[in-house]
Amino acid sequence: MLRCNDYIFAESLDEAYALNRKKSAAIVGGCGWLKLGSRQWGSVIDLSRLGLDKITETDEAFTIGAMVTLRDIEKHEGLNAYTNGAIKESVRHIVGTQFRNTVTVGGSIFGRFGFSDVLTVFMVTDSFVELYKGGVIPLHEFAKLHYDDDILVNVIVKKNPLKMAYSSFRNQQTDFPVLTFAHAFREDGAFSVIGARPSRAELKRDEENILKDIFSKSQDEVIEAINAYALWISSQYTYESNLRASADYRRHIAEVLARRTVTAIVDKG
Amino acid sequence: MEIKLWINGKLIKDNVEPDTPMLEYLRSKGCYSVKRGCETSNCGLCTVWLEDKPILSCTLPLMRADGKHITTLEGLQSEAEEFGAFLADEGAEQCGFCNSGFIMNVLAMKRELNDPTEEEIKEYLTGNLCRCTGYVGQLRAIKKYLKSVKGDLGNE
Ligand SMILES: Cc1cc2nc3c(=O)[nH]c(=O)nc-3n(C[C@H](O)[C@H](O)[C@H](O)COP(=O)(O)OP(=O)(O)OC[C@H]3O[C@@H](n4cnc5c(N)ncnc54)[C@H](O)[C@@H]3O)c2cc1C
Ligand code: FES
Ligand code: FES
Repeated sequence: MLRCNDYIFAESLDEAYALNRKKSAAIVGGCGWLKLGSRQWGSVIDLSRLGLDKITETDEAFTIGAMVTLRDIEKHEGLNAYTNGAIKESVRHIVGTQFRNTVTVGGSIFGRFGFSDVLTVFMVTDSFVELYKGGVIPLHEFAKLHYDDDILVNVIVKKNPLKMAYSSFRNQQTDFPVLTFAHAFREDGAFSVIGARPSRAELKRDEENILKDIFSKSQDEVIEAINAYALWISSQYTYESNLRASADYRRHIAEVLARRTVTAIVDKG
Repeated sequence: MEIKLWINGKLIKDNVEPDTPMLEYLRSKGCYSVKRGCETSNCGLCTVWLEDKPILSCTLPLMRADGKHITTLEGLQSEAEEFGAFLADEGAEQCGFCNSGFIMNVLAMKRELNDPTEEEIKEYLTGNLCRCTGYVGQLRAIKKYLKSVKGDLGNE
């Protein structure tokens, strides 16, 4: 249950940041995660009156406000056309429609949860977070940082040409994922992100060029290259056990999801 | 704290604690259809509409609704009864505890999706848990209901 002594609608980001510097303060997004805690907060700061509930699309980028909900990105045509439907695929298994209407992109990315589908899918694109104090930094860098009192204002996805896909594995529908996987062929290389290992998602590039020229290869060569890549990329990460799955099981699933996800992109051409 | 909101179209001005949960507040205003089935945002029983979108009232703080409109099952009586008759005809319900959140989400789906497939229906409603049934009767009821509403529109 959320417990706080004060609930403040910030009138500006300046004000929100000043208030949030207190140890006893918290920003509230959709409150999905916050409400699970037992802490008594001094003040809870609401950003919902700052116009951060919009997705703006230009020729260069999508700018996604912190208060945009997961349901908003699930339904956004431009974002899903650009990501080949990967955004929708990444969030549609999260709890239910009402939940996704409730929780936010800001809370999901700032939270940097180990299990996060949302962090995984955005990280494989050329994406950035815009922080009030820390400025604009690549999402894959932000994901490595410790929590601080900064405010996530926007998530920015650069519209560089890419082909991508997303997949996750769950023991049961709507449960937290056992493993998350995203892959993108970008102009600057082939990239994968594996998350829910169960630690935070990490971005890696096909440094051995296993997938190089994959779109112009014969069927047999494609299968061989993808099998080799799936084995290689899944071995680049560490895995741990928790109550959902063992480390070995996760490593195995990672290889399977890598193979299937990359194959799905290449099959589409 | 001062709050002003509309519950089922009725304007309410009130003074509340800053961390008042939306769910318990709605019950205190006589909306007993709004119930709590879990502590982890998983069951969907507490579903209400905020500005016509289905959300979880156990999760969002009440203050977020300041200046906004909330709709509960009490505000959708005739529509809920109409769909309820389809549920009854299919013998879909057992204890009925899951009913109110489920109906709120079905009626939201009716507005949001146009001619949904079975997969789309299941996906839209997957956040509404029922501990008694296997959802099969509900699915039959929904399909018949959507067909009949569409028929009504076609006749207009
Ligand atoms: C039962 C349950 C199941 C879930 N299942 C999944 C799942 O399967 N896959 C998945 O990816 N996610 C899952 N999630 C996580 C969920 O999708 C959200 O990421 C999570 O609820 C946080 O988003 P929120 O808007 O609720 O943020 P809140 O709970 O409001 O905030 C989360 C944290 O971020 C801080 N914060 C929020 N917004 C900002 C901001 N703009 N700037 C700085 N700090 C901020 C808050 O202070 C808090 O510390 C689940 C969550 C729950 C409760
Ligand atoms: S009470 Fe269970 S989801 Fe709200
Ligand atoms: S009928 Fe009993 S919970 Fe659904």
